[in-house]
Amino acid sequence: MSVFLQYLANGLTMGSVYAIIALGYTMVYGIAKMLNFAHGDVIMIGAYISFCVTSYLELPAIVSVLAAVAVCTALGILIEGLAYKPLRQAGPLAVLITAIGVSYFLQNAAQLIWGATPKNFTSIVSFPVPEGLRAYNVSAVGIVTVVACLVIMAGLMWFTGRTKMGKAMRACSEDKAAAQLMGINVNRTISMTFAIGSALAAIAGVLLCSYSPVLQPTTGSMPGIKAFTAAVFGGIGSIPGAFVGGILLGIIEAMAQAYISTSLANSIVFGVLIVVLLVKPAGLFGKYVPEKV
Amino acid sequence: MPKFEFERGKMVPVPSHSIVPERDVNSAPVLEALHLGIDFGGLKAVDDFNLTIGRTEIAGLIGPNGAGKTTVFNLLTKVYAPTRGTILLNGHDTSGKTVHQVNRMGIARTFQNIRLFDTMTVEENVKVGLHNTKAYSTLSGILRTPSYWKREREAHERALELLSLFDMQDLANHQAGSLPYGAQRRLEIVRALATNPSLLLLDEPAAGMNPSETADLMENIVKIRDTFNIAIMLIEHDMNLVMNICEGICVLNFGRVIAKGTAEEIQNNEAVIEAYLGKQKEA
Repeated sequence: MSVFLQYLANGLTMGSVYAIIALGYTMVYGIAKMLNFAHGDVIMIGAYISFCVTSYLELPAIVSVLAAVAVCTALGILIEGLAYKPLRQAGPLAVLITAIGVSYFLQNAAQLIWGATPKNFTSIVSFPVPEGLRAYNVSAVGIVTVVACLVIMAGLMWFTGRTKMGKAMRACSEDKAAAQLMGINVNRTISMTFAIGSALAAIAGVLLCSYSPVLQPTTGSMPGIKAFTAAVFGGIGSIPGAFVGGILLGIIEAMAQAYISTSLANSIVFGVLIVVLLVKPAGLFGKYVPEKV
Repeated sequence: MPKFEFERGKMVPVPSHSIVPERDVNSAPVLEALHLGIDFGGLKAVDDFNLTIGRTEIAGLIGPNGAGKTTVFNLLTKVYAPTRGTILLNGHDTSGKTVHQVNRMGIARTFQNIRLFDTMTVEENVKVGLHNTKAYSTLSGILRTPSYWKREREAHERALELLSLFDMQDLANHQAGSLPYGAQRRLEIVRALATNPSLLLLDEPAAGMNPSETADLMENIVKIRDTFNIAIMLIEHDMNLVMNICEGICVLNFGRVIAKGTAEEIQNNEAVIEAYLGKQKEA
C-alpha cells in the first residue's frame, strides 16, 4: 500500500507537469489548428532562464520564475510571428515541418549558449513537508506542482469562459473566418494564445526541473512528447481534457514503473494511448466530428 | 462619351449609376463600389461592379446561381482582395484593410450557410459581436477591476436588448448549435448587428424558410433598418421578398451587372428576363 501511495504521489507530480504542458499544446491546437512541436523546447528555455537567474545572478526563486515566464512569453510570440504566421495559408504539413525545425533550432541554440553538459538545477521551492506525508514520497515541489496545475487549470477555464479575449479565442477556434467578420483580430488572438501557452511552458519547465534536476538542451523533448500524448489522450483542443489526460498519463506512467518495469514505462504509456485512440478516436473529452463531404 | 456597358456584343444601357432613393440625396452614400473586379485564375468572377447604396436603403442583389453574388459580398467584406476597383465605406477607402478592420469600419454580414459559434451560448455569440464596442482591456479583464464588471454588465444588457428585437432573450443561455433553424438564422442577424454596422449584408436570409417565416423576416428587415437607421443589402432568391422590400435592386449575371433599378424596372428589364428564363425563340 505504501508503495502504491508513494508512486501515486510521483504520478500526480509528473502528471501535473504534463497537464500544464498539455494545456499549452491544446490551446494552440484549438485556436491555431497546428501542433506546435517546439512547445517542449520552450519548457527547456524557461528552465535555463530560471537556472541562470538563480545561479548566476543569485536572485530569489520567485524572480527567476517571473523572468522565465516573461522570456518564454516573448519567445512564444516571436516564434509564432516569425515561423508560423507566414505559413497561415500553407498546408498543415508545411507548418508541422516548420514546428519540428523550430524545435531543433531551439535545442541547438540552447546547446550553443549553455553547452551540452547537463546543469544541476536547484529546486525553486523548499519548505518542510509534514513527517506523515514525507513517508509517502510527497515533496514540497510535488505539492507546489499539483497546486499550480489546479490554479492554472481553473484560471484558464475562467479566462476562456468569462473574458473578452477568451470569448474571442473560442470564436476563433470554432470558425476563424466568421470571427474575423465579427471584428476579431485573428492574428492577434493567435499571438495571444501562443503567449499564454509559452508562459505556461515556462512554469512547467521550472517545476519539471525542480522535480528532476538535470537540465540539458534535450530536457524538454520527452516531457513535450508525453504532454502532447496527454493532450490527444484527453481530446486535443479541450482544456479539461488536457488536464485529465496529463494527470492520468502521469499516474499510468508511475504505476507502470512501480509494478511492471521502469524501462518499459514509456512503451506502456504510449501503448495505453494507442488503445484509447482505437476505442475513442477523439480522446476522452474530444468530440468526434465526422469529416464533411 | 455616353456611358454604356458592353454585354456579349449587345449594348445594354445601365439605367442609372446610383440607386440611391430620393430621401438620401443629401447624405453621403454608405457604400460606393467603383469598377470592382476579381479574377480567379483566368475567370473574371466579378468584373466592373459599380454600386452605390444610400445611408438607409434596403438594396437587393439578385442573379442566377453562380452569378457572383456571394463573391461580391466577399469582396465588400475583404474576405477576397479585389483584383481591380475601389470600395468606399462611409466615404473611406477600404483598400489595404483586413477583414476585421472593415468590420470595425461598419460592415457586417451573415452567411448563406449558417456559421454561428455552435458550442457557445446565444448570449456569448452576441457578445463576440459586441467585442469591439466594449473597450475593456484584457488586463482589467484578468484583474477583474470595477470597470470590467461594469462593462461586462453593460455588454450583458446590450446583448439581451438586441436579442429582444427578435424575441430571443429567453434563449440567451441556450447553446447556439442546439437552436432550431429559424432561430439560428435570426441569431446570425443579431450577432452581425452587435458589431454596430452602418451596412448590414444578408446572404440569403430567407433560405429554407416557409412563407410565414419569410413574411416575418420581411417585417424584421424593415424594422431593423428603421430601428438602427442603417443600410441593408441582401442576396435572395425569394423574388417576393426582394420585390417587396428592396428599394433598389442590382442584377448580376456572369459576374457583371446587367441591370439596376427599382423593382418595377427590374421586372420589365429584357436582359434580366433573358438571364433568368433564357432568350425567347423567334416564332
